[in-house]
Parts: sequence; C-alpha cells; structure tokens
Amino acid sequence: MNSPVTTPDLLRVLPEFAWCGVGVLLMLLQPFVKNRQALTFIAMLGASVGTLATFFGPAGSAFSGLVQFDLYSLFFHWLIGLISFLVILASDSYLERENLGAAEFYALILFATAGMGVLASAQELLTAFIGLEMSSISSYILAGYRRESIKANESAAKYFLLGSFATAFFLYGIALVYGVTGSTNLSQLASANPSGTLLRLGLTLILIGLGFKVAAAPFQIWTPDVYEGAPTPVTALFSAGPKAAAFALLLRIFATVDAATTFWFWAFWILAALTMFAGNLGALVQSNVKRLLAYSSIAHAGYVLVALAAVTFIKPDPEMHASQAYAAALFYLLSYSLVSVGTFTIVSELGGRGERYLNVDDLAGLGTRQPFAAATFSLLLLSLLGLPITAGFLGKLYIFTAALRSNLVWLAILMAINSVIGSYYYLRLIIVMYMHEHKGPMPADAPVTLSLTASMVITVVVLATLYLGLAPNHVLGIVLNQNLISSSR
Amino acid sequence: MPALSGNLLTVLVFFPLFGALAVLLLRNEDHLWIRRLSLVVGIVEFLLSFLPVWAIPPGSTGFKLEVFYPWIHSPRINFHLGADGISIFLVHLITLLTPIGILASWNEIKHRVKEFHIMLLLLEVSVIGIFLSLDLFVFFLFWEFGLIPLAFLIGIWGHERRLYAAIKFLIYTMGGSTFMLVGIIWLYNMTGSFDFVAIQGLIQQGYLSFSPRTEMLLFLSFFIAFAIKVPLFPFHTWLPDAHTEAPTAGSVDLAGVLLKTGAYGIIRFCLPLFPNASHRAAPWVAVLAIISIIYGALVALVQPNLKRLVAYSSVSHMGFVVLGIFAFTNIALQGAVFLMIAHGISTGALFLLVGMLYERRHTFEITEFGGLATPMPRYAAYFLFAVLSSLGLPLLNGFIGEFLVLLGVYQVHWKWAAWAATGVILSACYLLWAYQRVFFGAITHQKNRDLGREPTREVGARDHVFPDALAGVARALLHAALRLLLPGNSAGDASQRDARSRGARRGRFPCRRTSANFRRKGGVPLR
Repeated sequence: MNSPVTTPDLLRVLPEFAWCGVGVLLMLLQPFVKNRQALTFIAMLGASVGTLATFFGPAGSAFSGLVQFDLYSLFFHWLIGLISFLVILASDSYLERENLGAAEFYALILFATAGMGVLASAQELLTAFIGLEMSSISSYILAGYRRESIKANESAAKYFLLGSFATAFFLYGIALVYGVTGSTNLSQLASANPSGTLLRLGLTLILIGLGFKVAAAPFQIWTPDVYEGAPTPVTALFSAGPKAAAFALLLRIFATVDAATTFWFWAFWILAALTMFAGNLGALVQSNVKRLLAYSSIAHAGYVLVALAAVTFIKPDPEMHASQAYAAALFYLLSYSLVSVGTFTIVSELGGRGERYLNVDDLAGLGTRQPFAAATFSLLLLSLLGLPITAGFLGKLYIFTAALRSNLVWLAILMAINSVIGSYYYLRLIIVMYMHEHKGPMPADAPVTLSLTASMVITVVVLATLYLGLAPNHVLGIVLNQNLISSSR
Repeated sequence: MPALSGNLLTVLVFFPLFGALAVLLLRNEDHLWIRRLSLVVGIVEFLLSFLPVWAIPPGSTGFKLEVFYPWIHSPRINFHLGADGISIFLVHLITLLTPIGILASWNEIKHRVKEFHIMLLLLEVSVIGIFLSLDLFVFFLFWEFGLIPLAFLIGIWGHERRLYAAIKFLIYTMGGSTFMLVGIIWLYNMTGSFDFVAIQGLIQQGYLSFSPRTEMLLFLSFFIAFAIKVPLFPFHTWLPDAHTEAPTAGSVDLAGVLLKTGAYGIIRFCLPLFPNASHRAAPWVAVLAIISIIYGALVALVQPNLKRLVAYSSVSHMGFVVLGIFAFTNIALQGAVFLMIAHGISTGALFLLVGMLYERRHTFEITEFGGLATPMPRYAAYFLFAVLSSLGLPLLNGFIGEFLVLLGVYQVHWKWAAWAATGVILSACYLLWAYQRVFFGAITHQKNRDLGREPTREVGARDHVFPDALAGVARALLHAALRLLLPGNSAGDASQRDARSRGARRGRFPCRRTSANFRRKGGVPLR
C-alpha cells in the first residue's frame, strides 16, 4: 500500500487540482481586482480548465485505489464542470444586482465543484467523505451568502445543522462498515458477506447520509427552506451539482458492493415512491416559484431513484439490462441538471432586487412583458413535465422502460401517476404566464429584461434540452457503454 | 419524381412549422402581414396536400409514399411516415380548415395576433403528423405536441371561462395519453419495436400473440386515450366547455379535425393491433356509442346556448362514427370515415356561423335571438344549409355517412341500428328547433332588428367563407385567392391599418372596401 504517488495518479485528479487552484487564486486576487466581470471570467476559465483537464487523466485507479477514473467519473466530471460553468455565468448579473462580493462566491463554487468531483470518482468511502465535506461546507456558506437577508440566514443555519447531522450518519456508517469488513475500499467490500447485521446497519446509515444529500423523502424536509433562502444561482447549483455527485456515489456503491445491491433494493423502492409523492404533492400547493421548483426538484430525485431501483434486477442478460438502467439514471441526471440550472437562472432574473417578485402571481402576463423569458421558461417547464421533443421526455421514457424491464410494474405506475400530478403545477405556471393578466401596473423596480449573461445560460440550456430531446444518440452512446463503471473486482 | 415522392410527406408535415417560424420573424404589430403570410402558408399547404393523391390510387392497399429515417438508436425509433386513403383525406380536411380558420379570425382576433397564427400553424403540424406517422413513438410525439397549441388557443383567445376550459381540456387529454404511452412502451417491451408496420406484420404472421388479458389491457390503454379525444360518452365532458370557450378558429379546428384524430387512432391502431380484444369489446363500445348518440342529442335539445348545442351535436355525431367502426363491416367503416369528413365540414360551418353571430351580438344564448331571418335573410339561408347538412338531409354530405353507418350496422346488429337511428330523428329535432327559435318568430330584441343594417352588416366578404366550406374546396380557394388579390387588401400601409383599427373600435365591420370590391367582381350582392 506504500506505492509512491505517480504522475498518472496526479493526472487523474487534475480536474480537482485545477478547480481548487483557481479557487485559491480568486481568493488571492480579491484584494487587487475590483472588476467583477474579470473575476467572473477567471472563474469561468477555471471551471472549464478543470473540466477539460479530464482529457489528461488516463483510465484506471489512482492512489492505491482511492480514486477510480473511468468513463463514469468522466461523465460526472463533465456534468459537474458544465453545471458550475453555467452557474458562474448566471451569477454575474445576480451578484451585481444584490451587491455581493464576487471573488469568495466564485471560489466557494469552485471548491464545491472540486468536492463533487472527488465524490464522483471516489472508489473508497473515506475519500468520498472528504469530497462530501468539501462540497457541503462550501455549500453551507453559499446558502447564507446574502448576509442581510433573514431567509438566507435561516437557510444556511438549517442546511448546516441538518447537513452536519447527515454527514455524521454517513461517517458512522463508514465506521461500522469498516468495523465489519476491515476495509473502506469499495472493491474490497464487494466480497463482504451481505447478511451481516452490522454491515446492514452501516449501509443503512450511509444511505441515510446520501439520501439527505439527494433530498430523498423522508430526508427532504430541509430542501424547500434551504432552496428558497439561498441566492438563486446557488439554488441552481444545489439542485443540480451536489445531487448529481451524491447520486454518482450511490450508484457506484450500488454497482460495486453486492451487499448493498441486495440490501438497498427495497430501500430504493420505498424511497423512490415516497420522494416522488412528497415532491409532487408538496409542489401542488406552493405559491412561491422558487419553493415550487424546490419541491419539483425533490420529485425528480424520486424519478432517478426509480432508475436506481431498476438497476438491481437480474435478467437472462443482466449486464445488458443493468447498463440500460444506468443509462436511464445518467441521462435523466444530465437532462434534469441542465434544465434545473436553466429554470433557476430565469427565476433568479425574474426575482428582481432582493428576490421580491417570486410569487406565482408575479409571473402573470410575462408572456407579453418578456416573451423570451416566458417562452424559454415554458419550454424548460415542459421538459420537467416530460413533454415530447424535450430532454425530459426521453429521460422519463428511459426510466420508465428500465423500470418495466425490471418488472417494477407498480413503481412504474406510481411514476406515471406522479407525472400526471406534476403536469398540473408546471402547466399552472405556463398558464399564469400566458393566460393571466397582471393585476395593476408592474412595480417600478420589477425586472424588465434578462441580463445578457443569463440569456446566454438560458439559450445554452434550451439548446441542450432540444438537442438531448431530438438527437440523443451521441449522449446515449456514452451512457450505454458496457464498460461505464470499471470495477476492479 | 422520385426525389419529391421520397420526402413529400416530410415536407407536408413540416411546411407549416417553417411557416410558423417565418411568422415569428414578423413584427408583432404587423397584423395584416402576419395574417397574410399565415394564409399563404395555409393555402400552399392545402395545395401541397393534394400532391400525394396521385400516389394513392383508389382501391389500393398498404401505405404509400413512405418516409423512413432512423432517428434514435436506443430504443430504436424511426421517423416513419406513410399515407393511405383514410389518412390523406383527413389531411385534406385539416389543410382546408386551417386557412378557413385564419380567414375566420381576420377580425375576431385582435390581440396577440402573431402568437395566434403561430399556434394555428403548429396545431396543423401536429395534426398532419398524427395522421401520417407510422411509428408509434412518433405518433405519440405529435399527439402530445398538439395539446399545447390548442390549449393556448382556448386559454388566451377564448371567451369568459376560457381558463377553466383550457385546463379541463389539458387534464383530460393528458390523462388519456399517459395511458397510451404506457401501452406503447408495453408493446415495445414485447416486440422491441415502435414501428406500426413491423408490429402489425408480426401479429398478422402469427409471430406475436397476446394472452386475452394482456390484449384487452393494451387495447384499453390505447382506446381510452382515443375515446377521450373522440369523445365517447363518459369521457365527453371536456368537449362542450372547450368548444364553447374556444375562439371560432379553435372550435372549427377542434370539431373539424381534433375529434377525428381519436376516431382515426381507433381505426389505425386499435383494430389492426388488437383485433380480438376489439371484437370482444365491441358490444360495450357500441353501447357507449349509442349512449353518446342519444345522450348527446338529448342534451343538445335542451341547450340554451347555441354554441354548446353544436358542441353536443358533435358528441352525437361522433357516436355514429365509433358505432360504424365497431360494427366491423366494410360499409359501416366506410360510412364512419365519410362521416368524419362530412362532420368536419358541416360542424365547422356551424361553428363559423355561430362565431359570426357572436361577433355581432356577443352572446350565444338562444333566447337573445329570434326572428333573425328578417334582418339577415342570406345569413339565415346559409345557416339552414349548414343545419340541413349536419342533420343529414339526403344530397348533402351528412346523409351519406350516417346512411352507410346505419346500413352497415344493420347488417350485423339490427338493434344497434334501431337505437342509433333515433339519433337521426333527434338531430333533426334539436337543430331545426334551435333554427326555428333563432331565425323565425317575432323579433324580441331591438339589437337584432339592426343586425342586418350598417354598421354591423349582415354578411361581410370574409363571411362568405362558410358557404365555401360547404360547397367545397373550389370556392374556398377562389375566395382565398380573391382576398389576396383584392386591391383593398394588398396595400399594407400604416394609414390603412389605423383606419381599420379605428373602424374596429367603433364596432364597425372593418372590411368595407373588400366587400365592395367583392361585389364589383361578381360576388354575392350584399344588400
């Protein structure tokens, strides 16, 4: 185990180095560079350099098996890098409007990104814990970044308390697993006896910790409050990045450790059902757009959990089948993350100074006031709803097909019911935007147009949604790869 | 012309989409050019829709002019289009009704004109796509895609309770299509294909057979979606609201074509894919269809609202279509297809006429009218023509379809035919009684007395569209061509636009020069 650190090892974590390095650089530059746009530019450069650095990493495991660099982690590095790039771009106008410091903000986003990167490629539980902590601690600070807002303080405090609680669960789980098996390395856990009680307890605690991160019911209570109080670009990050990273780890544990595969199946089944209903029923009664989207984000985590539950099923050709369920989960995470960043970016622009205009009623007449914002918002909502020609439809279709192939008929039915419930509140927003008239004149400080940077983000997201919905073959080629997750079993 | 025939249907489906994009590029306030451009797109599409006819000789079987492109690799989805005799006729229907709808909205729609025309064209894309797709996935895609424009048409440009109607429409149809999606995926899991022709081949050659229970469930998953769209008796409640609240063009498209997509789906997918289940379900479906016929007619009989009356008459007539389909005789099926087209034209005409009345009096209540034949004799004549065609007077379009359906049904189940025939009688009752109350008797309202006079003239040039719809394609074309060529319309300068909008504000009919020109060119004299 005492092998020296080699160059390929370092190249495999180059993205994390790049993200952290640019983050530190931003902190150092802060006293000297007062120009926000320059900082934005550097941060965006950092995000993209980190993402592109994945090209240098040779496939294989690094640091004696702590980190696994395969197609799977490559996919998630790209996803996370793209999300943080878009979030940084969308934050530019937000920071100007709310008069917040840019350098620390971007640095924290990049640190969180690096943590998510570690989470996506971790092959060992303590490494994963480090990644989780890196992303979580940056997130706690980001949630309370609007210091003067009471809601932001509440958001940060809640997130911090409940988050640390969940992290503690995760750590206890690791300790128990280590106590039983003598290892925290996933590839060595693969041969562990699946019926041990202590191991099961450990796996349960790990599941609870990660369930908190992906906002699966019944660990989702914090989500609406935290999402509502956090600065909206940060909400965009929360709903996409940490979620994708935590799902990446869940799926990797699930794929490698047989004990988890058999034991977690019913847990995923129940979590998926609960999460879908908690999210959709909660969203039905919301009057604040940001909260509504927060609940919708819970519901979408539920759909991904359906795909995870579908992974377990063993058919005559288990390999082929499992890869389809992975593909469904990955495709869905990709499409949902992008759409979520887009919707929250629009919400961030529509909120106006101090995020005051976030009621559903404030959207009334948006179709005539801001045709571009209304049209793109509608398209993204339709993607969340799962209407054809958008990415969301194909994503749902893949999950649905995967569930049916695994004979999870009831779960598939529950998912269909939830899609119908979901269509109500998404359509409600569209109806308000186009078919209601705003009562009285608009307040003078209400936003009139989208900022240039936000429009760029939204355009990218809309094009990506249509691209994934109309020509998904390239992405499918990646996620359907048989050797997606290289296990060192 | 191999190059053209290879992609003719693709062009046919997507041409209105490009038209919509072109309209999108026009300025918002350029109402006249928006209307003209979409009218041109509609007419060109109408002419295009006749090109496939040469490839489909009468009596031929199978799909012609097939388009086949691999689209998504996993699951394997192909962009597969094809036309046969049934689908191409229904395509003609929508391409005919779209330009008529644009003309009918020329003065009715005054706000958000650009969006309105884009929605009409998008609706056309979706409906043509529904009729031509041979891949279940592509079919579903167009099916879902069509909901949004129609919901917008009802929800933005409709009457007082438009939001309620739009949401009800959306929830009903989306609920139905969820079932269909489940069925499609189920079918895919069994066959590994979304291709209708391939699945049909598997079934016919005996490679694929369902257990009775599976087949019935699959049949139901498709049938419920289609029954909601038709609409069949217990699923019909969205239709009166949607029809009543929609703007005239929306009602015309809804009655003319959207309802037919449901019946078309039953003919195209339910019967060939699940023949045994269809036969087993036939008695139940027939009972529902007969209930639709009689119930729709009885409700229409007591409707105080003229537009709702026409909407319920649709429920009744579509019951005939479904009954004809599920009689499983050739004659009845032909009757059903004929009735679909006939109903599209005659009910479309009724909605246009009712829309004209609303434009002048802003009400649909029958009690508000009475004695209209005196101030508006020509209007009354046209209305009578539409009413007679709708109730199935021999020599008019409604008769042939209903007669064939009854004849075909009688050959297998005379009791069904007997019950359904009461619908013919009832339709005469409610239509003629409504006609009597609206047009005959003493004039009770002063407003009605002035209807035929200036400034709200009786029948404007634009309104001649509806006899065209009845008389058929040729006159509609002629009229549309006239509209475009008329000097009063072709100068799109701002002053004229202003004059028109001023005229509109005074409650005038802003088409005076046009009608004057029309008169000069030998159109129907107006006064």
